[in-house]
Amino acid sequence: MAKKAKTPADTSDAPKAAATESVARNPHVPEPKVILPDDKLIEMYRQMLLIRRFEERCAQQYQLQKIKGFCHLYIGQEAVAVGSVAALEPKDYIFQTYRDHGHALIRGISARETMAELFGKATGCSKGKGGSMHLFKASAGMMGGNGIVGGHVPLATGVGWKAMYNKTGEVVLCYMGEAAVNQGVFHESLNMASLWNLPVIYICENNLFGMGTAVHRASAEKDLYMRTAGAYRIRGVRCDGMDVLDVYKTTKEAVERARTKGRPTFIEAVCYRYRGHSMSDPATTYRTKDEVSIWQAKDPMVRLQEQFPGVFTEELLGDMEKEIREIVQDSIRFAEESPFPDESELWTDVHVDYPGYPGPKAN
Amino acid sequence: MVEMSFREALNKALAEEMERDSQVFLMGEEVGQYHGAYKVSQGLLERFGDLRVVDAPITEAGFVGLGIGAAHVGMRPVIEVMTFNFAILALDQIVNNAAKLRSMSGGQFEVPIVIRGPAGAGGALACQHSQSLEQQYVHIPGIKVVMPSTPDTAYRLLKSAIRDPDPVIFIESEKLYNMRGPVTEDPENLWPIGKADVTRPGSDVTIVTWSRMLTAVALPAAETLASEDGIDCEVIDALSLSPLDLHTILESVKKTNRCVIVEEGWPKVSVGSWIAAEIGLKAFDHLDAPIERINQKDVPLPYAFNLEEIALPRPADVVEAVRRVCYAK
Ligand SMILES: Cc1ncc(C[n+]2csc(CCOP(=O)(O)OP(=O)(O)O)c2C)c(N)n1
Ligand SMILES: [Mg+2]
Repeated sequence: MAKKAKTPADTSDAPKAAATESVARNPHVPEPKVILPDDKLIEMYRQMLLIRRFEERCAQQYQLQKIKGFCHLYIGQEAVAVGSVAALEPKDYIFQTYRDHGHALIRGISARETMAELFGKATGCSKGKGGSMHLFKASAGMMGGNGIVGGHVPLATGVGWKAMYNKTGEVVLCYMGEAAVNQGVFHESLNMASLWNLPVIYICENNLFGMGTAVHRASAEKDLYMRTAGAYRIRGVRCDGMDVLDVYKTTKEAVERARTKGRPTFIEAVCYRYRGHSMSDPATTYRTKDEVSIWQAKDPMVRLQEQFPGVFTEELLGDMEKEIREIVQDSIRFAEESPFPDESELWTDVHVDYPGYPGPKAN
Repeated sequence: MVEMSFREALNKALAEEMERDSQVFLMGEEVGQYHGAYKVSQGLLERFGDLRVVDAPITEAGFVGLGIGAAHVGMRPVIEVMTFNFAILALDQIVNNAAKLRSMSGGQFEVPIVIRGPAGAGGALACQHSQSLEQQYVHIPGIKVVMPSTPDTAYRLLKSAIRDPDPVIFIESEKLYNMRGPVTEDPENLWPIGKADVTRPGSDVTIVTWSRMLTAVALPAAETLASEDGIDCEVIDALSLSPLDLHTILESVKKTNRCVIVEEGWPKVSVGSWIAAEIGLKAFDHLDAPIERINQKDVPLPYAFNLEEIALPRPADVVEAVRRVCYAK
């Protein structure tokens, strides 16, 4: 990797050693990276708790076979979605991978619509046609989860193109796992985003594994944030993905740059998934229990509590747990009671309606 | 009607649609300063500027995907692939994103993109640059596939494709770009996607074809058969392969009771094999002879001029097939 990129005077995108010091090595609870009003901290905590509790129940509903197919839990990584989405405005867009329940829940899709989608019900956010991996809500700029590793990265880049073309000031946040940075379309997209000044933030949730393949067995450059500056003049930064405030601060800066200068950023958020890759993965062959415990000790919710003991009182936490348990329980009840899509729905949403279509007789 | 080349007809359609809708832009390799690898975009950069006529790096999956992304938030990109041989690199974007976004979002997104460029044999371009790959796209629900055959249908279909709310794969032919012919002067006289054209009405046998095969093979064969055998062929130009105007094809077969399908591409799992199956299923009782199919030989197209010539469908192949289904000679 070109650590010494040729840097003509105009490029502000060269790697900055000080700003990208490794945080993954520091096991201690750090000072808060940014000071926010209490209500904002509480909301962040609440969102992380909602995701955690919602997904714990997803796992249970999966065992009961109410949810089927592929189901990828986000537990452990909550700080990444919560910290980064908090840096956005309503008009902005987000793109996710199949590991998308968390982002959906905090960006305009209710627990009810999300759970109903996982149940394959007509009341789901994608009318039951997308399922766990494809949670969409156009009106909230929720551009969906994509099942192809890296496949959505050009789409996000295209939405950045639209924002640049029409000067709308919108910013696009494109999440991906760390395995996606080895895909061709990732590199194709970053090259275009830099070439054409597209306001896209590529946020890589480096949870250290792509299924069972550790990142160091897949990427020749271990410091993923180093992969973009030399090659594409896209600023690469690393943040602590177990620290919601660090994610927030890092994303906020990137959003500002995108909005004012139209420059893309690549963020590597180092985090960890506590559960298996998907519901069918017991995660026993490629990592140790000790490793999981080490990361659980850095849990983003615990950290926030420890940083602000005065804010997160026992009473507040107790009330919040109750409120969220009810929201999740209600979402399950709602999903359970909702109907499956009508069989006529099989033929809708394939094309625009035109004479002779849709219908079983269409060729 | 005004006379122009196939290339000029495409250029005119592009320019008019870009004029009509500010969200239409053209992106692809060499579309701007070079004026297009096949000069389809001649003069457009000068007229519309480099935000709307965009020279892309050689990054097919990237810029096709970018176009799909822009389309599903309301833009109308026309993405030029230098040839459809290179669109293979973007197939994931087309199949997994363009064709799926409407469905997997439960109808929340439309993808009004046009992906266009030439395909088929261009003349001694060898195997990697000569392929007819329309069946790849016809197979996929959620995208539309059209293949114009004349300057007029090129003009009218491209305008329909750009205005269509679904992804449209618009496949041209290298060998047709110089073809001249009359083109409608009415800018709103669009050719509807999903409609075939009975190019040559006839009563004895139905020939179904599309794209370059119409004028290069099917129509010359029909003329030979009329003059030498007194066989009156009805030639149908499919124009839209997905959706396919099966109705027009079936009505014709019910009238003539015989059918020959002429397709530039390979025979296995092809558009022609699908059409033959549909006719077999839906008009079996009307058939007086087995359906015949004329295809490119099932080999990578060789460079050698003589081999290329015998590998591709020729009028004589069609003449013989028609004689067989008519039990003539
Ligand atoms: C193109 C493609 N290849 C393979 C897969 C199968 N697959 C699904 S997820 C995954 C691992 C991806 O890991 P990463 O990008 O790190 O995301 P994470 O699952 O860790 O969130 C693989 C190999 C796929 N969905 N798409
Ligand atoms: Mg991973």
